[in-house]
Amino acid sequence: MLDVRGLAVARGGVPVLEGVSFRLSAGAALVLRGPNGIGKTTLLRTIAGLQPALAGEVEAEAETLAYASHRDGIKATLTVAENLAFWAEVYGRTVPDDVWEAFDLHDLRDRMGGTLSAGQTRRLGLARLGVIGRRVLLLDEPTVSLDAASVRRFAGWLAERHLGAGGVAVIATHIDLGLDAPELDLTPYRADPHTATGGSDEAFL
Amino acid sequence: MRDLRLAIRAGGGFGLGLAFFLIVVVLVPFGVGPEREVLARIAPGILWVAALLAALLSLDRLFALDWEDGSLPLLATAPLPLEGVALAKAGAHWVTTGLPLTLAAPALGVLLNLPGPAFGPLTLSLALGTPALSAIGAFGAALTVGLRRGGLLLSLLVLPLYVPVLIFGAEAARRAAEGLPYATPVLMLAGLALGSLALMPFAAAVALRVNLR
Repeated sequence: MLDVRGLAVARGGVPVLEGVSFRLSAGAALVLRGPNGIGKTTLLRTIAGLQPALAGEVEAEAETLAYASHRDGIKATLTVAENLAFWAEVYGRTVPDDVWEAFDLHDLRDRMGGTLSAGQTRRLGLARLGVIGRRVLLLDEPTVSLDAASVRRFAGWLAERHLGAGGVAVIATHIDLGLDAPELDLTPYRADPHTATGGSDEAFL
Repeated sequence: MRDLRLAIRAGGGFGLGLAFFLIVVVLVPFGVGPEREVLARIAPGILWVAALLAALLSLDRLFALDWEDGSLPLLATAPLPLEGVALAKAGAHWVTTGLPLTLAAPALGVLLNLPGPAFGPLTLSLALGTPALSAIGAFGAALTVGLRRGGLLLSLLVLPLYVPVLIFGAEAARRAAEGLPYATPVLMLAGLALGSLALMPFAAAVALRVNLR
């Protein structure tokens, strides 16, 4: 479902990773490891198509990728329910009822986005993934500011509802989610920062 | 729809642009004196310049909020094309800024002793011109979205692009005020509005993609 071949990525024009290859079939997850600054976020953003790759290819079915960054895209002046409804609408879907249960948002439905705590905002940001129905999830530090119970809840949702239903996930994280997934340490793929990137990426536009 | 709701809830832009418009127009007679003939002659131009500046006032928040809370990369990976996002943003900006300005302009025209036959054409020219201001502004906002203090740069980028709209808009109102035929500038204005509505979302989307990298 997701096939990454020889991907080289750059951050701010400096190459950070090269030769990254992996393939994920339905129901599989991959955990990205590596020290801060190794390029986990850059790799995920490149796979998501937000920035051009220096080399290599990303192959995925059209319109299956979803990217979740450090920031959740939650509007402070909309309620929790309105926030989720907005994202469902953008993806042409409706908010499924089980999302409230899965991310423990029942009691927060009518609260304003801006009044949520960091952990609650994060739960809402993750609930967005349950709403949009994309099959390939690119998760960048999904558990930041979550408490232990919420981490377990999210890992449970990921394993059962997403991977169990044939989805795929690439997760950059420093903690153990308790998922039965292979890990990919990015340290060996570190690129020589002095390689000139050259060329223009106008084709990306 | 969300942007409309956001703009209204956030309170900012909505009333602010209108209040700015009102204050500028009210200040002019204090500045140039109360001679009715002078006011009548400059009224179309003053109303147009004030409307343009008021529209500019709320532009820098157009994409900045989505940038700050991380919605923009999420929108960029959503099935909705970024061009559509830019058009929706421009539309929301027009409804919260351009439309109130257009509706308020005739009332403020009275304050400036705008000649009677000019009221209709002034409203018409604003109704046609403000969508162009919003569309061009969306492009400027997309260009400057990631920058700190981008608002000032945004004004410098966008104001020159507003010149044609201002020329034809104010010209239509001025001709009507002097009893001349005003069809030509109105048609030119309509052309500008349609052209910028058709092209600017694409330019804005490209600018957003570059800024997202």
